[in-house]
Amino acid sequence: MAAVKSSGRAAVNRLAVVGVIIATLIFLAPIYWIASTAFKPRALATTVPPTVLFQPEITSFIKLFVKRVQMNKAVDPATYAAAPWWEQRIMDNGERVLRTGDNVQLSGYPSRFMNSLIIAITSTVLAVGMGTFTAYGFSRFRVKGEADLLFFILSTRMLPPIVVAIPMFLMYRAVGLTDTHIGLIILYIAFNLSFSVWLMKGFMDEIPKEYEEAALVDGYTRMQAFFKIVLPEAATGIAATAVFCFITAWNEYAFALIMTNRRAQTAPPFIPSQLGSGLPDWTVIAAGTFLFLLPVAIFTFALRGHLLRGVTFGAIRK
Amino acid sequence: MAHVRLNGITKRFGAHTALENLDLEIEDGQFFVLLGPTGAGKTTTLRLIAGLEKPTAGSIEIGGVDVGDWGAAERDVALVLQQYSLYPRYTVRQNLEFPLKSNIRRMAQPDIDQRVARAAKTLRIEHLLERKVDRLSGGEMQRVSIGRAIVRSPRIFLMDEPLSNLDAKLRETLRSELKDLQMKLGATFLFVTHDQIEAMSMGDKVGVLNDGRLAQVGTPYEIYHHPRDTYVAGFVGSPAMNLLPADLLGDRMRVPSGAIEFAVGPALRARLGRSSGPITLGIRAENVHLDPAGSIEARVWGVENHGVEKIVTLKTGDCLFKATMPATIATAIDEPMRLSFDQSRLHAFDAATGLNLSLEGRALEAAE
Ligand SMILES: Nc1ncnc2c1ncn2[C@@H]1O[C@H](COP(=O)(O)OP(=O)(O)O)[C@@H](O)[C@H]1O
Ligand SMILES: [Mg+2]
Repeated sequence: MAAVKSSGRAAVNRLAVVGVIIATLIFLAPIYWIASTAFKPRALATTVPPTVLFQPEITSFIKLFVKRVQMNKAVDPATYAAAPWWEQRIMDNGERVLRTGDNVQLSGYPSRFMNSLIIAITSTVLAVGMGTFTAYGFSRFRVKGEADLLFFILSTRMLPPIVVAIPMFLMYRAVGLTDTHIGLIILYIAFNLSFSVWLMKGFMDEIPKEYEEAALVDGYTRMQAFFKIVLPEAATGIAATAVFCFITAWNEYAFALIMTNRRAQTAPPFIPSQLGSGLPDWTVIAAGTFLFLLPVAIFTFALRGHLLRGVTFGAIRK
Repeated sequence: MAHVRLNGITKRFGAHTALENLDLEIEDGQFFVLLGPTGAGKTTTLRLIAGLEKPTAGSIEIGGVDVGDWGAAERDVALVLQQYSLYPRYTVRQNLEFPLKSNIRRMAQPDIDQRVARAAKTLRIEHLLERKVDRLSGGEMQRVSIGRAIVRSPRIFLMDEPLSNLDAKLRETLRSELKDLQMKLGATFLFVTHDQIEAMSMGDKVGVLNDGRLAQVGTPYEIYHHPRDTYVAGFVGSPAMNLLPADLLGDRMRVPSGAIEFAVGPALRARLGRSSGPITLGIRAENVHLDPAGSIEARVWGVENHGVEKIVTLKTGDCLFKATMPATIATAIDEPMRLSFDQSRLHAFDAATGLNLSLEGRALEAAE
């Protein structure tokens, strides 16, 4: 009887594993498509049916980083021989690299990528930091109108942000925040703060207040108790919140498109703008997208232990 | 070490009154136990003394000084809780060092090491020093918690049911260890528990808390033998004291719900003064005796074996009461028995207020 039951359970388990594998493959398929396109020669990028076997090359990544123009005549062999290997790859494609004096002109991509990093990291740090302090206050002190305040904080999420895009743009233009890093950082903090406060409040509530009170009685100030005891205990929650905030800020497209055009433009609105003139070079766009995916993947992977614990937090503790 | 005094402490949480006009005095070097059921306000009392909570009214003195405006850090008290007083990320050593490393103490490392070593030796946890707290058993954890309190040599030790989460055997061991420790340190302890055995075996003085009010303060002997009211009488002692509604008329005592009627002897009559009419009769199980000449006849209703003795529940009419008997006595269910109450140990309580009517009880109250 028991044997039948347990073998039944094993079968269910096996079925579940198969299900998970299939789901994983479905979710990974687009990423594989992007990654493989990024390493394909341009000619193979748009074949029907898609080419699966090919010689991978990094020409698209070189193209991604430098400014180039179409050549109207074939390159002269002496120049070709003198050029470095990466420039030859570009010449192979009938293009040449633009220079000012001897310096290679970089494309817009590296600076947009940097913008993305600066804006996403800064806004994440601030949103998570502010959220953590706010949540601690709500969790540990009797706040007048606590329920209403928390609801108000949550209510900022109830409208699709894009609804306020036009008035925000007008306000930003009036105060000179358009196309500035600080402008986008403020916006992304505003997006993430309610989320951060609510998530962190859940984590703070789970930390027994006895820990800090023991520290208070032992001669520490509230602030010291917070940094020495509460913060390490909240690390899991902070990590989980940071990943979600970072992903939101990193992927945000609409406001970045409206509020920025050059100086503070982030990668999401920039990458499709490369579709621009002439025939789109899908390998370059794929390369840009592929690199764009990396920071989120690395960040999430680095914090994966915390994330798993974070998602199952209440379930394990209670 | 210090004397602690609570003067008319009231604590309200919103509309809920947790403590009502509480006066309490703990002498220097005393092991004071605050006893009461869950929700009586024991933890609240500790938190008020520790400075984690502010009283709604009343004042708290430690060592003769009003500490109303002092924060928790300045009061120099130590707090041991039922759980969560140790930091799970730290080793035992780090936990013991933690209170010594606070800014208000600024202790040098050799001093810290010495104190930690001494505390570890006292509590026999030296072999655990480098272990992470989450690898400790419940008993070891509570030892370390107590260690964290004693490294500081605080003025008062506040302990909130530190033994409640431990199994019975360990609880017994730690109970006597803790009592020894207190005597060795000569420290002032305020120990909170809902377990009356703990209270009676450890306390120099016991305060019984009933729903935010002190029902009685006294030595364990006084609490046990001279309960001030039916609440204390029913809460302290195992099994609980038999409390039977009765009528006292002249020198006749009658329990109307059962066939219990007997003559009140002169000694008891004198003790009860002039009281008469409806009362609550109180008699502990060990003071109900088998007596062939006894005036009470009852039948065995249930039996609980406790090794050398057993607790027999007896029934007469609609009235149930318990008696302690040697295990060797045969007690078949429904068997009739003749019994008598030991009148020197009999209590009478006011039927309405529940207060003890005996003159000794009143004298005790007056003496306080
Ligand atoms: N922070 C609080 N807010 C509201 N009510 C509280 C709070 N702390 C304690 N109480 C209430 O006060 C009463 C006494 O609680 P407590 O001192 O914890 O009792 P005990 O420790 O004796 O079990 C209980 O009814 C409890 O619900
Ligand atoms: Mg309590």
